[in-house]
Amino acid sequence: MDKIEVSLTVNGRTRAALVSPRMLLSDFIRHELALPGTHVGCEHGVCGSCNVLVDGKAVRSCLMFAVQTDGAQITTIEGFGDGDLDPIQTAFWEEHGLQCGFCTPGMLASAKELLDHNPDPSDEEIREAISGNLCRCTGYEYIINAIRSAAAKLRAADPAAA
Amino acid sequence: MKPAKFEYSRPDDLPTVLALLADQEDARILAGGQSLVPMMNFRIAQPAALIDINRVPGLDYIRMEGDVIAIGALARHADIQRSPVIQSNIPIMTEAYDWVAHSAVRNRGTLCGNLCHADPASEMPALMQLLEAQMVVASHTGQREVPAADFFTGTYETALEPDEMLTEVRIAKPAAGTGWRFEEVSMRKGDFAWAACAAMLRLEAGQIAMPRVAVAGVGDAPMRLDAVEAILTGQAPSEDLFQTAAQTGADAIDPPETPAASAAYRKDLVRTLLPRVLSTAAERAE
Ligand SMILES: Cc1cc2nc3c(=O)[nH]c(=O)nc-3n(C[C@H](O)[C@H](O)[C@H](O)COP(=O)(O)OP(=O)(O)OC[C@H]3O[C@@H](n4cnc5c(N)ncnc54)[C@H](O)[C@@H]3O)c2cc1C
Ligand code: FES
Ligand code: FES
Repeated sequence: MDKIEVSLTVNGRTRAALVSPRMLLSDFIRHELALPGTHVGCEHGVCGSCNVLVDGKAVRSCLMFAVQTDGAQITTIEGFGDGDLDPIQTAFWEEHGLQCGFCTPGMLASAKELLDHNPDPSDEEIREAISGNLCRCTGYEYIINAIRSAAAKLRAADPAAA
Repeated sequence: MKPAKFEYSRPDDLPTVLALLADQEDARILAGGQSLVPMMNFRIAQPAALIDINRVPGLDYIRMEGDVIAIGALARHADIQRSPVIQSNIPIMTEAYDWVAHSAVRNRGTLCGNLCHADPASEMPALMQLLEAQMVVASHTGQREVPAADFFTGTYETALEPDEMLTEVRIAKPAAGTGWRFEEVSMRKGDFAWAACAAMLRLEAGQIAMPRVAVAGVGDAPMRLDAVEAILTGQAPSEDLFQTAAQTGADAIDPPETPAASAAYRKDLVRTLLPRVLSTAAERAE
């Protein structure tokens, strides 16, 4: 089938491209937009390493087609922070929330969605939020510590939101 | 792996969806894509055409219509799970949603897509049988209603014809005083059920009235356990009664054998879960 034109906002920048319908959003982000921070682990929805934010919601980019995102606002890991680490990334760094780093971009997308809606999550809520993200290095306790610490940083930075 | 080629269309009204479904050879609806796209990535599914319904306005409703809760084809798992209409009218559905997938999957996946996919280990098909939901099915020639009991015909099989779409699910609000409970065991929370049990019942003068019991993960399709319901009817709740019901339930099923969970283990799970859901349902009944 012919390629279809899409125009979307990725990390604050408008991007337009011609895509074949079968192109997965994950491949579009990595290969067409040259943003390789979004990782692809399983390509069938199980591991969560490809999670990105589409219109503020964490979704599996390996389970959407790029054509579906026409007009959408997408945030990938490259859009976190502004050249510097944002508070969630800083917390992951300080709390050793990553080892090899493969799962980290997806973990951060899930964590960001959680903290956008819940400034003071319980450990139970943090566990639930990352239940769809596999870490093969199994550093889950550190990841939970990192998200808890990120929540505290964000609350301290913006007491009105807490 | 990558999906094979397909024709893509993204209609913005329902009549066009239904016309395309009738006209195109081997066309499938693309709803949340959370079951269809994994199958396409594996090339287990290679539809010639996808009809993306995500931009059809007005299909994402969850609303009361008299005593019936109507849920549209684009209502997503995440919205149903958090819906106050569902929480206050069908609390067992909110409870069961705790077991359905993970948040990123629930953000996209739809109830109707989930029911059409008809995985035998999926929670909502069993719950729809428990709640005796009506499936509103449309094609370019008209509309019909199919009771949940007739909708799920086998593993990944439903009563839908190739040119039909599930447009709405209608659930009658359970009677006041109904007690309920949904429990499941799976490998990890959010995975498909090794065994799930759901129960609803009422108490009339201390005796169980209109019990309903459904199971998932333990057969070709989700099902009601008629034999268990018969044993419970008219009896006073007791541990003995629930143990008898559990044995009857385990005898009535023919669960699949998988490397992760043997058939015998799944029967054990049903024997364990049934008394639990029944006693909680009886405690919650008024
Ligand atoms: C990691 C992971 C874990 C999961 N865990 C669970 C779980 O624990 N329990 C569970 O139940 N599910 C689970 N799922 C599946 C999830 O619930 C899906 O959202 C659901 O099965 C399909 O809904 P969908 O809207 O994504 O449908 P799609 O994937 O878009 O479609 C599924 C099928 O239904 C057809 N279809 C869709 N909508 C309609 C319609 N309105 N009319 C006619 N046909 C239609 C499609 O053509 C396709 O054949 C999981 C998925 C993943 C990736
Ligand atoms: S790569 Fe998308 S969920 Fe694993
Ligand atoms: S840090 Fe290695 S997979 Fe999570």
